[in-house]
Amino acid sequence: MKVLLVGESRDGKLLEYSYELFGFASQLGAETAMVLIGNDAALPSYGGTVYLADAGKYGEYNPDLHKRLVQAAVEREKPDYVVFMHTSYGWDLAPRVAALLKAPQVSEVVALAEGGFERPCCSQKMRQVVRPVGGPVVLTLQGGAFPALVPGGAPLKQTLEVAGEGRTEFLGYEAAVRKGVDLTRAEIIVSAGRGVGKKENLPVIAELAKVLGGEVGASRPVVDSGWMEAGAQVGVTGQTVSPKLYVACGISGAIQHLAGMKKSGFIVAINKDKDAPIGEVADVLVVADVMQFVPALTAKLAK
Amino acid sequence: MKILVCVKQVPDMESRFRPDAAGVWYAETDLAFRVNEYDEYAIEQAVLLKEQLGGEPEITLLSVGPDRVVEAIKKGLAMGADRAVHVRDPAAHLKDPFQIASIIAAYAKGEGFDVIFTGMQSLDRGSTQVGVAVAEALGYPCATTVVAFEYADGTVTVKRELEGGVKGTVRLKTPALVTCQLGLNQPRYPTLPNIMKAKKKEVAVIPVEQLLQEEARLVLAQFSAPAKKGGGVVLEGEVADQVDRLIGILKDKTAVLR
Ligand SMILES: Cc1cc2nc3c(=O)[nH]c(=O)nc-3n(C[C@H](O)[C@H](O)[C@H](O)COP(=O)(O)OP(=O)(O)OC[C@H]3O[C@@H](n4cnc5c(N)ncnc54)[C@H](O)[C@@H]3O)c2cc1C
Ligand SMILES: Nc1ncnc2c1ncn2[C@@H]1O[C@H](COP(=O)(O)O)[C@@H](O)[C@H]1O
Repeated sequence: MKVLLVGESRDGKLLEYSYELFGFASQLGAETAMVLIGNDAALPSYGGTVYLADAGKYGEYNPDLHKRLVQAAVEREKPDYVVFMHTSYGWDLAPRVAALLKAPQVSEVVALAEGGFERPCCSQKMRQVVRPVGGPVVLTLQGGAFPALVPGGAPLKQTLEVAGEGRTEFLGYEAAVRKGVDLTRAEIIVSAGRGVGKKENLPVIAELAKVLGGEVGASRPVVDSGWMEAGAQVGVTGQTVSPKLYVACGISGAIQHLAGMKKSGFIVAINKDKDAPIGEVADVLVVADVMQFVPALTAKLAK
Repeated sequence: MKILVCVKQVPDMESRFRPDAAGVWYAETDLAFRVNEYDEYAIEQAVLLKEQLGGEPEITLLSVGPDRVVEAIKKGLAMGADRAVHVRDPAAHLKDPFQIASIIAAYAKGEGFDVIFTGMQSLDRGSTQVGVAVAEALGYPCATTVVAFEYADGTVTVKRELEGGVKGTVRLKTPALVTCQLGLNQPRYPTLPNIMKAKKKEVAVIPVEQLLQEEARLVLAQFSAPAKKGGGVVLEGEVADQVDRLIGILKDKTAVLR
């Protein structure tokens, strides 16, 4: 069995999570090759074949050309699987490659399963197993589902070229906005999620943070609705935190939120839904209404 | 200008999900359905574009699904879309993302839409494929995960959200498709007069057989709750008692309470 791994580079560097692709390939027990639109400095530490296309020429974001470069590598390698990370690059490019190859695509794979692949559904609350029909099969992998593996060695570089232009013009990157408290240093964080209900309820969260001597964080909808500043957001597109204590109030536990806080020392979740996926990482799940439980907890701690 | 918005109706994610009789997807009994959150951003952006262009563009909504999806369509019409197409398919949940995209593309093919908006993902399936696959089938350029959208003179300029909160700015010429990410805008609440007006708007019904030629590339094999790995404690019962038990655990297991 053969897999073609699609690595990712940004600003001329290999993105670290590209090594999770090797972790997946080794679980599958497959022969590997990688394709990368990047440059020599971005080559992985891997002793196998890397099909390299020059990002200086093709751009770091140019899906029309990137899909054809991946296709060119597929033609040379004839893999059974073409594997991406489930990232803004992967979920953008994978369906285009699948369309070109007339291939089935399974998104956000978390595990190999009997007769197929396991993936989350219903906002991570449930799992499904799907079986692709025909091949090659395009996959995207959920970040963190397959432990990274650095194979080591110097790549056997093969240069890829395609002709033509893309239809999207990439105008550049814009750095993340970082205002407000640096949550990465906080020892205790109390975070508000959509389950807090409305902006007017936020002081209840702030008061708990105060009696605990911690900072206030937030899930994305709380920031998107303008209840709190963008700097407070925890998650893949916000801050990555690892306090001694993280209290998640009315937060469901979407993978993008978990990515930012699951390394916390001790996690307490308050949620009225006993099945909320936050329960997967919580050391204590309090099944309760935030607006009843949090003030009662604050009052008791203040004593 | 002609605008298309693809809308999926999904269950409320706070529901309790149970397998259907075949054991491959959720059973619909006791579920409340609503417009997919990401698609609300898509509808809102279409209406904002229409307003920007002085009301000239015509917005068509399209939803593939069983009869219940008419409720989602009505909400979109009340938010400001002009007309809708309901591709009736009682078995839409068994179609794979490629088939759903093929159905949408088959409808859109002759229609000459200038801009197509979809959500970046559906909350129940979350394949993040349908939008891009529609663009590929129609030969439209496409940008995904869009958190800012501007239109001027046949050019769409968007910001794509990347990991770590970094954004990438991308420009495309219409016809084009964009997939909408959370926070792109603030979806409006339909007003009562607009809800009334929406009742008179056209909803064309097309049976799915008329639009679908493609075989499935994915077969659903199983649907289940994830295996519980966390050995976390679950506290239920009276609030006062939960508070005492939590404080006890925090004193025991952490150094944050003296
Ligand atoms: C590319 C991408 C990047 C993203 N980046 C981030 C990110 O960086 N950070 C982030 O947080 N999200 C991010 N998201 C969004 C993420 O997928 C979820 O939509 C989001 O985390 C949900 O926030 P929430 O848990 O507050 O809201 P919901 O998912 O709506 O959950 C609300 C929870 O509150 C509970 N609840 C409701 N009422 C009460 C009550 N009265 N008492 C107790 N509990 C109650 C409910 O049971 C539910 O579990 C991203 C998504 C994408 C696609
Ligand atoms: N049955 C459907 N009817 C209309 N649009 C859909 C349907 N399924 C998916 N879409 C659109 O495609 C987007 C991505 O869905 P998915 O690929 O399932 O994650 C959604 O946000 C919708 O805009």
